[in-house]
Amino acid sequence: MAWFFKFINSSIGKKFIMALTGLLLSLFLIIHLGNNLLLLVDEDIFNSLVGGLGGLKPLVRVIEVLLAILFMIHIINGIRLTIQNKKSSPQGNKVNSGTETASISSQTMAISGITILAFLIFHLRTIWVKFQEMHASQDHEFFNVVAESNIGFGNIWITIFYIIALILLSMHLKHGFQSAFQTFGLSDSRYKTIINCIAVFFWFVIPGLFITIAIYFGFFFNN
Amino acid sequence: MKVTLQVWRQKNRTTTGDFVSYDVENVSGDMSFFEMLDMLNNSLISEGEDPISFDHDCREGICGTCGVSINGRAHGPLKGVTTCQLHMRSFSDGDVLVVEPWRASAFPVIRDLVVDRTSFDKIMEAGGYVSIKTGGTPDANAIPIPKFDAEEAMDSASCIGCGACVASCKNSSAMLFVGAKVSQFALLPQGKVERKERALNMVATMDDEGFGNCSNTGACEVECPKEISIINIARLNREFFKASFN
Amino acid sequence: MALDSKIPEGPLSEKWTKHKFNMKLVNPANKRKYKIIVVGTGLAGASASATLAELGYEVEAFSYHESPRRAHSIAAQGGINAAKNYPNDGDSIYRLFYDTIKGGDYRAREANVYRLAEVSNNIIDQCVAQGIPFAREYGGLLDNRSFGGAQVSRTFYARGQTGQQLLLGAYSALIRQMNLGKVKFHNRTDMLDMIIHEGKARGIVTRNLETGEIKAHTADAVILATGGYGNVFFLSTNAMASNVTASWRAHKHGAYFANPCFTQIHPTCIPVASDHQSKLTLMSESLRNDGRVWVPKKKGDDRNPKDIPENERDYYLERLYPSFGNLVPRDVASRRAKEMCDLGHGVGPTKLAVYLDFEDVIERNGKPWVVEKYGNLFDMYKQITGENPYKSPMMIYPAVHYTMGGLWVDYNLMSSLPGLHVLGEANFSDHGANRLGASALMQGLADGYFVIPYTIGDYLATESLKPLSPKDNVCTEAVKNVQNRTKKLLNINGSRTVDDIHKELGKIMWEYVGMAREKSGLETALEKIPKLRKEFWKDVKVPGSANEYNPELEKAARLADFLELGELMARDALEREESCGGHFRVEHQTDENEAKRNDEDFTHVASWEFEAEGKSKLHQDKLTFENVKLTTRSYK
Repeated sequence: MAWFFKFINSSIGKKFIMALTGLLLSLFLIIHLGNNLLLLVDEDIFNSLVGGLGGLKPLVRVIEVLLAILFMIHIINGIRLTIQNKKSSPQGNKVNSGTETASISSQTMAISGITILAFLIFHLRTIWVKFQEMHASQDHEFFNVVAESNIGFGNIWITIFYIIALILLSMHLKHGFQSAFQTFGLSDSRYKTIINCIAVFFWFVIPGLFITIAIYFGFFFNN
Repeated sequence: MKVTLQVWRQKNRTTTGDFVSYDVENVSGDMSFFEMLDMLNNSLISEGEDPISFDHDCREGICGTCGVSINGRAHGPLKGVTTCQLHMRSFSDGDVLVVEPWRASAFPVIRDLVVDRTSFDKIMEAGGYVSIKTGGTPDANAIPIPKFDAEEAMDSASCIGCGACVASCKNSSAMLFVGAKVSQFALLPQGKVERKERALNMVATMDDEGFGNCSNTGACEVECPKEISIINIARLNREFFKASFN
Repeated sequence: MALDSKIPEGPLSEKWTKHKFNMKLVNPANKRKYKIIVVGTGLAGASASATLAELGYEVEAFSYHESPRRAHSIAAQGGINAAKNYPNDGDSIYRLFYDTIKGGDYRAREANVYRLAEVSNNIIDQCVAQGIPFAREYGGLLDNRSFGGAQVSRTFYARGQTGQQLLLGAYSALIRQMNLGKVKFHNRTDMLDMIIHEGKARGIVTRNLETGEIKAHTADAVILATGGYGNVFFLSTNAMASNVTASWRAHKHGAYFANPCFTQIHPTCIPVASDHQSKLTLMSESLRNDGRVWVPKKKGDDRNPKDIPENERDYYLERLYPSFGNLVPRDVASRRAKEMCDLGHGVGPTKLAVYLDFEDVIERNGKPWVVEKYGNLFDMYKQITGENPYKSPMMIYPAVHYTMGGLWVDYNLMSSLPGLHVLGEANFSDHGANRLGASALMQGLADGYFVIPYTIGDYLATESLKPLSPKDNVCTEAVKNVQNRTKKLLNINGSRTVDDIHKELGKIMWEYVGMAREKSGLETALEKIPKLRKEFWKDVKVPGSANEYNPELEKAARLADFLELGELMARDALEREESCGGHFRVEHQTDENEAKRNDEDFTHVASWEFEAEGKSKLHQDKLTFENVKLTTRSYK
């Protein structure tokens, strides 16, 4: 096992963990998006699907715990990397080379990550908590929560917050995907084109659709 | 033309440094950046001041001795050149140039713009070679090597070890430097015998020497005067992964 | 002292083999009891350090660079020769030997050159095994290209960075030994003096360039691999720090300096742009295959070259050498360019340049053809000069780039100072009066990998050396001398900067001891240089202190030695009343302005013994040619 700990404590190993947890977390986005897209399709189907999840509670809990663990590893590892990197580079240049040498998304991973975490906490504390309560009270009008003005898109500031967070998520994923495949050593492989397509799906299509939902319910939806 | 320099001045390893401003007049576009500094230094000496120390030697872009950050850019604003090949015609009259040493805790400042890059030698000591002795080697043509592989190895081998990759990285990571060396040997049959130990030992030394972790921002590739690709980093990751898991 | 070149008896092709057998060996278990100091870690020094450490000797290596990988060997572009005969075009060890002797205008030692050709093949094997990515053909075997002075393709290369790759190979062998603890490497450490004990070289005095600490190091033998002295001209293709100090300090302690005036001047360099120029850059000689060299017929013609009509251009090489045209050898092309500029036909802002025009070939073969063949060189030219050579002609001028002269060594590479061995460009041995392209890398590695590891063993096994510690008187004395000299330099506090005086020395050297030398000019130099030296010691200004990182102090100490060497070069050039290779005496030329050798009086190595500052004694080390016939080089 010594070799394993040596690996995960090495600079490349830490990057590897970052990439792996990031990719697994991204997979959850597909499920979440699939679920949310139903909001644009039909109120009843959405309600019954979310309601149905109430019946699969043990499975959902397991997935939730797994996601939480992945998040923790991703975050703790990220903090570790950031601290070490600061130590390696205690004094930056007086003049910042800005985007001349590296993309904005690659330079703002910590900031976008922290914002996403803040958003996540907010999202869980509002929607997730509310849905738990509704499951408990057998209230299956989940759709209405999305559009209401207290914690849903009825509040314009909440909508704006969602959109900003989702844009940052997109940036985070954009660099994250490119970075992950570089870390896995696949960036020069013959599957490069497929990999790039998958990356575009995750950083552009997925956040784009989430944003579309937010805009629709924030600005165009009337009860 | 006239330029204003804001140069990092630091007496030695232990003192703290600061920026000092110098106006340099009568700069001609044909001067190299260092010839402009030579001119400034000669006038500083005549005025009884300490000249600015900077590392340089071949002044033709191959020895890797030189390197300063100019306005935040390692080796200045041009692509694919070292500082010694940068000419003043790349700047305009009245420009303010902030001149700094390579910033990284693994590259302590010795004086002014001169840094200590022996950490690179330490990494090389950990495995940047094929363990053979002089003599007793087989005929040079005994092992055919595909032209494509030899060319790719040469792409990696053209690293001059200047440290611009570290200086341009916000984390001061040495992955491009290490990646280039590990790649060169991984691509050639001569290097394959020791590939496992090489990847493990060079990465371990890199970490011990205090270089940061790679964030894959790609800044190193942009600033590398020899335009070494970050594909070398991907290759290093692969080599290290394979070496760790078998 | 009479010079004994110690050339082994027997037929040329058996000398080295026999000599290797006859030499005494050091028992493997005893090797670690011997300590060897190696100064300079370029190709020759790094390869020697690594190989000696592999054999078991205790090695301490020194370099003023931060890392061995910075040595100027790295800048060699073209390639490395070897007599592999892979292209099956009739090459052989003998042919490589013959070409090198002839290229050197018969002023090198037969036996040394033959050995060089003999081990050349081992070098390629060694380098390939180290993982050096030489250029290859599609079948996977090594590619060769042809180079000047040879009619066969024997040059191995790694793009235009052969020197870099070979140096990194030697460096890798060296750091491997450093990692094993067999070599102790001192970086940023400058050798400032020799330590002589009982007539033998036993150590060196160094200055730590960061802290200024001056220290003695002792050993059983000392190896200098400290490169050439082209920077005596201030402007050269050498790196900024290249210097003669190590060699000169050894010279002052009894090592003879051989053929100091033999300097190679390369015709196709980017010309000096202004007085602020610090360094010259070489452009590959291959450009002369398709470029046409010309100057305006009218003196001081300031017109744009495009506006100068064909009949007002002087394609002087084509005019003077109708058969060879622009492809005359290096020395001739260089000399003619200087002559044209001296006559007032020079072009460019400084009037010290000639045109190298590609208009015809671009018209004839099209721009893409030129891009494919010379693209990288054109880009480099544009980068340095800011001008587009596709649109207006290039400007070129000759520049100093290699010194064939150096410390005298015998067949064992030992100097006239016992225990002091000299390798690579720092010795004089293999190139005679002119070095062929792609031979410098070969010599550096031959000396380091395959000659010195044998011959130094013979020295150590034969000599009985008394123990010597850095605390002994002779060492502390030497340290004190260096400290005093450093103090003296710092205390002058005059008005002229080191660069200022160095530039003046360079101008004197270039003017009078440059491409074409004349009795009167050399005499002028012999007057001017001592005067300048005196001025240096009276009026130089060295800022800062001795105990800090102080590049001006380093430069000043080096210039002090250049100021002595320059005088010896002029004296040697004056003494050698003939023209040969890179040494051209205006008085000695044929009717067609070719170099005219005087084999009767000058078939020798001029070896100078230091007597006092500005005073040297000449010893002639006769060259005997048993295998090749001395002929006149002809380009007709």
